[in-house]
Parts: sequence; C-alpha cells; structure tokens
Amino acid sequence: MIRDFTLQGAQMLLVLLLAPLLTGFVRKVKARFQRRLGPPLIQPYRDLIRLMRKEVVLADNASWLFRINPYLIFAATWVAAALVPTFKTGLLFSWSADLIALIALLGSARFFLALGGLDVGTSFGGIGASREMMIASLAEPAMIMIVFTLALVAGSTQLATMAAYMNSPEVGLRMSLALGLVALIMVAIAENARIPIDNPATHLELTMVHEAMVLEYSGRHLALIEFSASLKLLLYISLLACLFAPWGLAVTKADSISLAIGVLAYLGKLLVSGFLLALFETTIAKMRVFRVPEFLGAALMLGLLGTLLLFVSRSF
Amino acid sequence: MRGLVFDIAHVLAGTLVLVSFLELYQDRLYALLNVFALHALVLALSVAWQAYIQNAPHLYITASIALVFKAIIIPVSLHRIIVLFGIHREIETVGGVGLTMLAGIGLVALSMVVMLRVTAGDDPLTREDLAFALSVVLLGLLMMVTRRNAVSQVIGFMSIENGLVLAATGAKGMPLVVEISVAFSILVAFIVVGIFLFRIRERFDTVDLRALDRFRGEQG
Repeated sequence: MIRDFTLQGAQMLLVLLLAPLLTGFVRKVKARFQRRLGPPLIQPYRDLIRLMRKEVVLADNASWLFRINPYLIFAATWVAAALVPTFKTGLLFSWSADLIALIALLGSARFFLALGGLDVGTSFGGIGASREMMIASLAEPAMIMIVFTLALVAGSTQLATMAAYMNSPEVGLRMSLALGLVALIMVAIAENARIPIDNPATHLELTMVHEAMVLEYSGRHLALIEFSASLKLLLYISLLACLFAPWGLAVTKADSISLAIGVLAYLGKLLVSGFLLALFETTIAKMRVFRVPEFLGAALMLGLLGTLLLFVSRSF
Repeated sequence: MRGLVFDIAHVLAGTLVLVSFLELYQDRLYALLNVFALHALVLALSVAWQAYIQNAPHLYITASIALVFKAIIIPVSLHRIIVLFGIHREIETVGGVGLTMLAGIGLVALSMVVMLRVTAGDDPLTREDLAFALSVVLLGLLMMVTRRNAVSQVIGFMSIENGLVLAATGAKGMPLVVEISVAFSILVAFIVVGIFLFRIRERFDTVDLRALDRFRGEQG
C-alpha cells in the first residue's frame, strides 16, 4: 500500500518536474532550427519562480471566479496528468478513472479557462474564449471517436489495461490504430494550442487564442496557468507514448530495474517527441482560424474511419 | 509470420485509402500533386509487397511502372502544366471539405459492405484488398465529381486507375500484358487530357470547367 502511494507520488512529482523542462526543450530546439541561440533549458523554471514572487494585479471588476480559476485549472490538469501512465502502468489512481474521465477533467479545465477569459469583460478575453470553445467543440468529438476506436481494439477504456494490451505481442499492425494515431496527434496539436492552430509564442491580437484568454492574469495566477499549459503538453505526449509506443513501460513488475528502464524510456520518448514537435512547428505555418474546422473535421473523419475499419476486420 | 505478412499488406492498402482522403482534403494544386505522388508511391510499395508474398516477380514490374510513371513522370509534367498556365495560386471551391470527406466516409462504408458480402468465403487478404481497392476507386470518382479544375480531375482519374491496379494485384493472376497495356492506355489518356487542357485553355482562357457549361447552353 505504502509502495503504491510512493509510486503514484513519484509520478505526480515527476510530471511536475518535467513539464517546464519539456517546454524549455521544445523552445530551445525551435530556436536552434531558426539559427538562434534560444533561452537556456531551465528558463521556464526561472519564469515560474519569478512570476510566483510577483504580486497579483486584478482588474476592478474581477469576480471570485477569476481568482480561484488558476487553482482549479492547475488542479484538474495535474490530476489528469497523474492518471496517464508515464513510466509504469496500473498506478494507484489509474483504477479510479479511465480515458473518458481524463477527457472530462481536461474539458472542465478548459471550461474554467474560457469563463475566466470572459469574466473581466475585455474584448480579447471574449475573442479568445469564443475561439477556444469553437476549437473545443470540434476537438472533443474527434477525441471521443479516437477513444472509441482504441477502446474497441483494446477491449477497455482503462488506460492501464490499454497500455498493457498495446505492449503485448497480440496487437498487430492495424490500420485502425494508425488512423487513431494520426487523429490523436491532430487533436493533441489543437488541444495544446500548437502552431497550425494557434501560436504559443504570439502576442499579435488577431491570431491569439490561448494567449488572449490568459492576458488578464498576472503574478502567481499567471504562473499556475503557464504551468498547467506545460503540464497539458506533457500529458498529451505521455498519452501518445503510452498508447502507441508503450515500449519500456513497467507493466506489472515493480522492481527497481524495470522502474529504472521505465523512467529512462519515458525520458527518451519525451526527448524524441519534443524534437519532432519543434521540427513540425518550424516547417509549418499557422492556419487561418476559418480553416481550423477542416483540420479538426479531418481528425474526426479519421477516427470514424478507424472505427469503421475495425468492424470490417472483426467480420473476418 | 503469417500475421505480419497480412498486417503489412493491410496497412499498405489502408494507407492508400488514407492518402485518397488526403487528396480530397487538399485544395491547392501543388499540394494536391504532392499527395498524388505519395498515392502512387504507396501503391508501388503495396504492389511490391504483394509481389513478395505471392512470389510473383512480374508484379515487381507493375510496381516499378507505378513508381516511375505515376510517382515521377505524371506529377512532374502536371507541375509544369500548372506553371505554364500560371494557375498555381488558384484555390478551388470544393463545396465544403467537410461535406466531401463525409461523403467519402459513406463511400468507404458502402464499398466495405458490398465487397465483404460479395467475396464471402475468400482469402481474408484478398477480401480486404478488394474492399480497400473499391474505396480508392470510389474516392477517385468523388474527387472527379467535386472538383471543377481540369487538373484536379486528371488527378482524380489517375487515382481511380491506382485503385484498379490495387484490386488487380490483390486478386492474384492479372497477366503482365494486361497491366502494361493498362499502364500505356493511362499514359495515352494523360497525353490526350494534356492536349485537351491546352485546347480548353486556349479557347476559354481558363481551366475551370464551369466555362464549358455556358457553351452547352446550360446557363442561359
């Protein structure tokens, strides 16, 4: 029991420690691709610490919701990140919630973020919130469709069971899984406000989505919001890694060697996917907002096609 | 081993369907050409894999025909036609990408239902291959129906042919003669269509096929 708690606690601390590092890594690689030196890897930690020390400036008409919002968002994202297998499956918390609950947690975090954007009543917050809701209303059906596909393949919506199934030799190369992977990557890009959908580094009013909603936050509130954005990126990469590249994951055994392998494999996967994300973002330009429905519609179609193909292969 | 053989054939054929959807999604001509080259490349891989598992060396020739003609020569020459006409910046009005893709999903479902009924009791590899091939053919047709630009209609036509080749290789036993004659007829068709493109362009100053309707007296 105590061991279970320690492992779960270790995972929660691990994601907390790694999330800013991952963000820093992606920024660094992107800067190197643009032949800039870029900020050091630990810059996000420095930013967070500095923001924590600064005082909070609130608008006059900010309500209580605006003040508790950052904590709610951070808590929901952190809990969601604790549920995804990173270096070991079947941790203590993972049995209390499945993939659908995870989506719901992230959805509620997003809901509060959008409410916070509307709360102060500035026009940017409103634009950001409405755009974010448009993206969400397209991304979530796609996500649910992907979950259906994966759940039909693995026979469960429980992440631990799914990761164990994907790690077992009985899963073959399936087209449905390939479609699910492509669709999940598209959804992950949209959910994390990465480049073709939204630019995380922009401060140009017309193109902002995520940044427009968090414009009014300052001090420790802003630190928490930034932190949860990093956590969410880490969460989606972990989700992709545990579903489609579960190699090295400590499945049942919990001895120190397999745990060490699990942690090392996890770090390797983060490194590779962070590099690929930076490469992808460097080679592609941002889309117009009006093209976002097409992009996410394609993700939905891929999920649908995956489910369809699954029924076909079942009929053999 | 049997499982892996089946899986790779399944993934390659499925990727071909996926690339057909990518073609439907693209609305710029250059991007469409690149995706078409990818389509032909995947077809070549798929045919080569079939050649390997069926132990049929003549299918390697089919694969190399697909690779050389459809993945290299035709895209490059279409590229030059686009440059020549100066239509590379034209964005096609497709009538809603989302709607087209939905129709595409419907067609895939249709071909699955039809093919799996018709071929019941056959080798699963063949059945799936045929179902995928029919989807590629139908998606190519959909592409021709929804596009107005003559160049993208040509690409839709070539995709249909790709689907036919996939079906033929999956069905075991298409003679090489047939394959070569099909490949050459496609090439001839391509040349004829190319000449037609120039004629249409000369006559109407555009490759938008709506211009033809006016001369048939359909729009008053």
